[in-house]
Amino acid sequence: MSFFMEVLIAGLLAGVMYSLVALGFVLIFKASGVLNYAQGTMALFAALSFVSFVEMGINFWVALLLTAIIMVILAFVVERVVLRPLVNQPLITLFMATIGLSFFLEGFAQALWGSQVHRLELGISDDPIFIGDIMVSQFDIFAGVTAAAMVAGLAFFFSKTKMGRALRAVADDHQAALSIGIPLRHIWVLVWVVAGFVAIVAGLLWGSRLGVQFALSLIILKAFPVLILGGFESIPGAIVGGLIIGSSEKLAEVYLGPYVGGGIENFFPYMLALAFLLIRPYGLFGEVHIERV
Amino acid sequence: MLGLKKWFLIGISASLVGGATMISSAAADEQFVPLPSYRVGPYAAGGTGLYGGFIDYMNMINIRDGGINGVKLTWEECETEYSTPRGVECYERLKNKGPTGASVFNFVSTGMTYAVIERATNDKIPIMSMGYGRTDASDGRVFPYIFPIITNYWSQNTAKIKFIGMKEGGMDKLKGKHIVNLHHGSGYGRETIPVLNKQAEIYGFKVSHLEVPHPGADQKSQWLQIRRMKPDWVILRGWGVMNPTALKEAARMRFPADKIVGVWWSGAEEDVIPAGKAAKGFIAAGFHPAGTDFPAIQDIIKHVYDDGKGNLSDKKRLGTIYWNRGIIHGVVTVEAIRTAQEKFGKKSLTGEQVRWGLENINIDEGRLNELGVAGLMMPIKLSCYDHEGGGSVKFQQWDGSKWNVITDWIKSDQSIVRPMIEESAAKYAKEKGITPRDCPKT
Repeated sequence: MSFFMEVLIAGLLAGVMYSLVALGFVLIFKASGVLNYAQGTMALFAALSFVSFVEMGINFWVALLLTAIIMVILAFVVERVVLRPLVNQPLITLFMATIGLSFFLEGFAQALWGSQVHRLELGISDDPIFIGDIMVSQFDIFAGVTAAAMVAGLAFFFSKTKMGRALRAVADDHQAALSIGIPLRHIWVLVWVVAGFVAIVAGLLWGSRLGVQFALSLIILKAFPVLILGGFESIPGAIVGGLIIGSSEKLAEVYLGPYVGGGIENFFPYMLALAFLLIRPYGLFGEVHIERV
Repeated sequence: MLGLKKWFLIGISASLVGGATMISSAAADEQFVPLPSYRVGPYAAGGTGLYGGFIDYMNMINIRDGGINGVKLTWEECETEYSTPRGVECYERLKNKGPTGASVFNFVSTGMTYAVIERATNDKIPIMSMGYGRTDASDGRVFPYIFPIITNYWSQNTAKIKFIGMKEGGMDKLKGKHIVNLHHGSGYGRETIPVLNKQAEIYGFKVSHLEVPHPGADQKSQWLQIRRMKPDWVILRGWGVMNPTALKEAARMRFPADKIVGVWWSGAEEDVIPAGKAAKGFIAAGFHPAGTDFPAIQDIIKHVYDDGKGNLSDKKRLGTIYWNRGIIHGVVTVEAIRTAQEKFGKKSLTGEQVRWGLENINIDEGRLNELGVAGLMMPIKLSCYDHEGGGSVKFQQWDGSKWNVITDWIKSDQSIVRPMIEESAAKYAKEKGITPRDCPKT
């Protein structure tokens, strides 16, 4: 039983790490209806910038500030170069543009910082602690607390602030939002800035775990089933989806894997998400859109 | 006016003919080496180092020696991002370049190597897969154009089990031991399952195979299982991000790093540095050491880097595992062309001719000294029967800042490997309707 609990807890905590990436997607989707394929690459770019500054001998906090400035500049550039020319274009066009952005950012990051793998120490202990017989990772607990704090802050921002409500209005209808005086460009810049900050947190935590390397951009593969399951527009959904995906994939790998040759935890979450789609096409917490045809 | 026009046309024609002759004469002195490299994407760190070393060596041969017997080496890179479909596209794009087409392809990817076996055989272009690729291609009778040289995966694996046996105090002490094979979820990762099962049968140890899905950025479920299994040793068959993640998870589970033995694609600086102190003590197989203390490498520094012509912008990477592996790729490629020139003449050669050169390569200790790579690589002798030609492995251990070689060359166990290779190759030949070549068994 204690082994089962250990796998379950490890899965829940792994799910929180997936949620960190999924949150960035949700933010941009909520505000613009665009699935930002470049979110994983943004996390890589942020982590790579940060670790390169630190390796130059720059103080940790100054490096963090410089990275934040870079992500703000990126948000402005994305709005000006990618999004503004595509206002009112079909969402699939915007999605394709973010795929292009992902390729560009990956190449740009390499041109700027090189292709080497970097070690990133955040000073968070990675030693396990034991609760009875159950082993839990301190690092994962830290990541969980960070994600919870981010979710609380973002949920408050979206539901209680004027700017948050404006973001939701823009997501519903660009034209209608513009007609009532919501500054679309500012809103988009703002949301990309916030998504950039989320990418910094995700990039640093994932980078600290894996090393800062180009494989970081692949962490989006873990975020997609979380989004499908939790709902593309729901911040709590990203967390709940992450917890379900993380725990179920670990349990499936350990208990089902041996019967089918193992290595199933990459596709199992997608199967689970697909099954959810059949029952709840908008995910667990997604908004149900009713359109007049 | 007409006269002027006539002289103008004659002049143009003469220039074109002259130019063509010049191109043809320049082309005749070139040997084209295609480079399907990966410098972007998740495996860029390995790709930049390895292809950087490969190019640096060829550059040095051109600058220092004026090419191979006066034939200059030329090359062109094609970005694969370590994606098999892109690798095949690069193969098609590069195979006819140069005056006589591609000399030899080095994909540095097992997936790509598998994907082009039939194409390359039809096109008569050799594929060199140094330390990777399809293991049973070591049987040159069935795979005339494929060269998994130096040490294939099965040979390496038998050397690993020998190493573990040495550490346990003898091969008989392996009985009852438990070894976990933690492997990448790919053709490369699964390649050694049959040979490990066979060795488990012979030596009486238990082997458990645990697959880590690509890219291997999360391995909690595998390491929780390892913690429960309490194995004596873990064989790490990783690639890219899977390696530091495995070492970190092992440390978290309190599994000792010096009981983890990696494949050589787990044994570069890029694999251990991100893992920090968790990697200290980790052991990996290797077919060459790190370091710059070899005459050939000193020549590269002198002739290439000191003149600002080096391929790597960061000189600190010179002498790292991947860069040195690239040098060895260069050495074998150049020696294959040189061997082929002895038979076919000092001119641009076709892929088929270079294939002959590879099959007849013989780099013994004396030649290693002449080339300035003694100690960097082992002697190699290939034949129609044997496309592997070496089969020995050294083991190295990470001390937290550098790799230290901890064994001499450990020979692979060909009494296990060769029958398995022949059985597998014969099966392939039957499936594809290939009549194996008749070669002397040496």
